[in-house]
Amino acid sequence: MAFTLLFPDFDILRDPNRCIKCRVCERQCANEVHQYDEEHDIMLADENKCVDCQRCVTLCPTKALRICENEQVFRKNANWRAQTIKEIYRQAESGGVLLSSMGNPEPFPVYWDKTLINASQVTNPSIDPLREPMETKVFLGKKPEMIERSADGTLKTELTPQLELKVPLMFSAMSFGSISYNAHKSLAMAATELGICYNTGEGGLHEDFYQYGKNTIVQVASGRFGVHKGYLEAGAAIEIKMGQGAKPGIGGHLPGTKIVGEVSRTRMIPEGSDAISPAPHHDIYSIEDLRQLVYSLKEATRYAKPIIVKVAAVHNIAAIASGIARSGADIIAIDGFRGGTGAAPTRIRDNVGIPIELALASVDARLREEGIRNSVSLVVGGSIRSSADVVKAIALGADACYIATAALLAMGCHLCRSCQAGKCNWGIATQQPDLVKRVNPDIAAPRLVNLITAWGHEIKELLGGMGINSIEALRGNRLMLRGIGLNEKELSILGIAHAGE
Amino acid sequence: MKIDCSGKNYDILNQEIAGLEGDIALINCCGQRFIGAGASGKRLTISGVPGNALGAYLDGAEISVLGNAQDATGDTMNAGRIVINGSCGDAVGYAMRGGEIYVRGNVGYRAGIHMKSYEDKVPVLVIGGRCGSFLGEYQAGGLIIALGLGYGDREVLDNFCATGMHGGKIFIRANTLHARISPQISVRDAGARDLALIAPHIREFCTLFGKTEPEIYEKSFKVLSPNSSNPYHQLYVQN
Repeated sequence: MAFTLLFPDFDILRDPNRCIKCRVCERQCANEVHQYDEEHDIMLADENKCVDCQRCVTLCPTKALRICENEQVFRKNANWRAQTIKEIYRQAESGGVLLSSMGNPEPFPVYWDKTLINASQVTNPSIDPLREPMETKVFLGKKPEMIERSADGTLKTELTPQLELKVPLMFSAMSFGSISYNAHKSLAMAATELGICYNTGEGGLHEDFYQYGKNTIVQVASGRFGVHKGYLEAGAAIEIKMGQGAKPGIGGHLPGTKIVGEVSRTRMIPEGSDAISPAPHHDIYSIEDLRQLVYSLKEATRYAKPIIVKVAAVHNIAAIASGIARSGADIIAIDGFRGGTGAAPTRIRDNVGIPIELALASVDARLREEGIRNSVSLVVGGSIRSSADVVKAIALGADACYIATAALLAMGCHLCRSCQAGKCNWGIATQQPDLVKRVNPDIAAPRLVNLITAWGHEIKELLGGMGINSIEALRGNRLMLRGIGLNEKELSILGIAHAGE
Repeated sequence: MKIDCSGKNYDILNQEIAGLEGDIALINCCGQRFIGAGASGKRLTISGVPGNALGAYLDGAEISVLGNAQDATGDTMNAGRIVINGSCGDAVGYAMRGGEIYVRGNVGYRAGIHMKSYEDKVPVLVIGGRCGSFLGEYQAGGLIIALGLGYGDREVLDNFCATGMHGGKIFIRANTLHARISPQISVRDAGARDLALIAPHIREFCTLFGKTEPEIYEKSFKVLSPNSSNPYHQLYVQN
């Protein structure tokens, strides 16, 4: 190896009293960290290659392994942190653009953690969800201004298509290519069982997954990979991807080395060819142009499906959302700056965009002010980590939440943030056949079902505590939230009072 | 079957078209958008000027326009054929994956952008006249043929042709090419094998628009193709 100033991020501690040299760690590690030295009959480790995915730790039958942070330190410096110094070494050694994955790990404020939920006491009784019916079902799409019925009570108003979800949650876009076939299958199976939706991302829809169509959102991005009439008709809704929270202003670029076999077939592009999907749709320069794409998709599917427009949360998000609401879109999806990704330039991931909490609050307020809140549904994503985050999002005005990182965690992801390398030891962010089979959809799908079911119960309990028995009654109900440790400006953007007020 | 488009909004008109099969003549078309979106199993002949996104996601239908067309003709077309007996606006053939588009006259900006090919699907875009900037931007497959007919020795191309191109071929009918082409693109004179590749489409163009083949082959062709199918190989370092 060439001379490097970098030292390993992790230490691999192997307890020799426990290690039985079964070589499971060696077989499990696609990064080739572990190695058996036959001559000396010992297990060796090259910690330079370790990404701390903890596959070896989890699978070691004698629990002989531990991965720890390397205690080796640079001289303490609050300004020049170890990570910053290492990044400079990396770029000085390679001349490359820093590439990372998953969501922004920097210590920006998390407003979910600075908001508290209300509960009923004395005057307004709480509801026991185990005893009384609670409604978690939501319908996403444009709602009519008014309902008209004819004399016999039948509906005269023509309703626009709606996306029906049993709980206000969906798995957000992850393309086949960025994640594996088995991971996609697990999401599709779980969404179907749960009565919610998963999202194909921009990599097309594998022919095996058409059977999950009514629980599928098909995505259309600027590169139009795998987009054809059958694909558009296969899903329950169509999402136009304008932006992604992890990399606003940056397009997708799956390198040719990953366009192999089924990924190439599903994207409908030749093997080995780059899949370039630039940030701008080169036919969209205005809300009018967006409207044209929205309506071309509606026309191609005879107005049978709601159209979602997904954007990243950026500075003028309220004005942008107002424009989208007027473009004919049925649903706006907003992705906050902590949202995950299979690969993004580090500088973009960590510095571009705004928190979803602030974006959601300002969009909801703006659409209400303009009297167009009911002409679209709002879906938010970008690091929804628990049922409490979901409840807070709905109280801030969301109709439903998109989750992806949480879903990956449920399937075994350990957030080592190395997806971009394509060697995911947990079989999720990889196309290597030996790794892909480590995700068994028959095991991963029930884990996803468990997670969402558990969140569903918790959502009901939180609702019941507030004396509310439906998601509809919580939506935009900001009186149910109080801020803690927030300044006046933050409170005013969130539209909530401070705790104690 | 004849439909008079006068005074009809596009959604009404397109619903009418969706219910029909076989030969359909649209008369007095005036800017109605999305005509034939996702259509298969029919032949549309349009008099007047159809609006944007004509034949978007086209899936096997044939569309013939007896005049000009506007923007985004044949967006994400999968199969079928569109014939424009005049000129058309921007982004014709955006991301088309299959089928053929023949334009008698000129095209606007970004014609053939993101054009792809896949397995037996090789889309073809033939342009009789001149092209706006960004012809074949991000082209990933298929054939674009630009003839520049009726413009003498004027340049067929505008600026930034084939930027980001990483697949397919662009044929320009010109003895010399003055337009600046990015160094990622190779430009060479068309040889016998290249000409054999475009011959059926040239023949079809002549049949459709009453031209003769010798008149087309009066000039030679330049072939533009990518130097690499991975043009944006950015140097990244894992972080």
